[in-house]
Amino acid sequence: MKKIHTPLTQDQIKTLKAGDAVLLSGTIYTARDQAHKRLLERRDQDRLFKGQIIYYCGPTKTPKGKVIGACGPTTSCRMDNFTPALLKAGLVGMIGKGSRSAEVRAAIEKHKAVYFLTFAGCGALLSKYIKKASAAAYKDLGPEAIYKLEVKDFPLIVGIDSRGRGVYR
Amino acid sequence: MKTIKARAIERLVKDLCIRANLRLRSDVYAALRAAHARETGSRAREILKAILKNAQVARREDLAICQDTGLPCVFVELGQDVRIAGGFQGAINRGVEAGYKAASLRNSVIRDPLVRGASGYVPAVIHVDIVRGSRVKITVLPKGFGCENKTQLRMFIPTAKIEQVKRFIVDAVKAAGPDACPPYVVGVGIGGTADLAVLLAKKALLRKCAGRGSKLEQELLKEINCLNIGPMGLGGKTTALAVHIQTYPTHIAGLPVAVNISCHALRSASAVL
Repeated sequence: MKKIHTPLTQDQIKTLKAGDAVLLSGTIYTARDQAHKRLLERRDQDRLFKGQIIYYCGPTKTPKGKVIGACGPTTSCRMDNFTPALLKAGLVGMIGKGSRSAEVRAAIEKHKAVYFLTFAGCGALLSKYIKKASAAAYKDLGPEAIYKLEVKDFPLIVGIDSRGRGVYR
Repeated sequence: MKTIKARAIERLVKDLCIRANLRLRSDVYAALRAAHARETGSRAREILKAILKNAQVARREDLAICQDTGLPCVFVELGQDVRIAGGFQGAINRGVEAGYKAASLRNSVIRDPLVRGASGYVPAVIHVDIVRGSRVKITVLPKGFGCENKTQLRMFIPTAKIEQVKRFIVDAVKAAGPDACPPYVVGVGIGGTADLAVLLAKKALLRKCAGRGSKLEQELLKEINCLNIGPMGLGGKTTALAVHIQTYPTHIAGLPVAVNISCHALRSASAVL
């Protein structure tokens, strides 16, 4: 299976086609509803996410002795209203589940980014691919804080590629 | 009159929260395995395999099946010959909080739906039915909100055709599409009032995914599985594992129909005191 790593370069992004299964290694950041709202209110997007990948995820608490708790993807379309602004600021990738709006698809194509899917509802399994986790920003948001995750061979399917082509009708 | 201490309810609710979130229901696991055997597409099979493996990892390592450990819904069948010694709702909420903390589950409950702010573990959503006898049956259903957000209600006119009702139910699944973690279990409530129809739809999710179901349930399941949404919405024969319908008498002027979808991580646990 094809392996990719962060930082995700345009050379890597170009080779990804909707429907491809790939394994990602490197650094990603969680962000979901409240983090997105705050990011744009505080104009933190350039500082935090230029060249980065966001994982739409709010993990459980970390059980004793574990790197992280269950940490599967949350529904991506709730972030659709915020996404074009983040892509404009240089975000190169997103990981989540489900469909995206036409505006997000167009913004992905315009900024040559990529939207990945990962195994939805498999938070326990996905925790095995995370080697390190630490709070990175907005700690007061609890499960909605931004966490920095180091992942190894994290399983992904390309949902929307940089040409704007998607796996869903 | 039998007396049950609130403390016993608290302990039981704690255990049920942990069991529901860490151990996938055996009937749901069996339905997923059957779906895996039925699918022929390699992607659908690969995804169902990951879902089954996820349940195994959760069980083996005491991890939550899904990071969305839900809004805890607690269903109580309270025998009318039982006296509860101590605060009843307080005991349930203390049990939920203790269980969620003990198993490192997620604090997903917001106190004020408009102001939002910091999240906690409680309050649970509690439904109590008074029944005959001297037992208390408690069921915990941690309901994830990816699928809860796809809930639909329609008040049909009483002369509506059954085909229209079926269309509405199938369309509700179509609208959920790939977003709410298919394959789904589709809960349907028909009758009562608007509020009761939605509650019936949720209670329908508690029924075991076993057996063939009613003729209407079979017809709906067949239609839904022709939508080709499939596991993760990437196509396949399994868009739903089951369709469960609960009905209740209704008014001559109406026909409420509600759809409450569950993701494949349909979690619940019950016990009797």
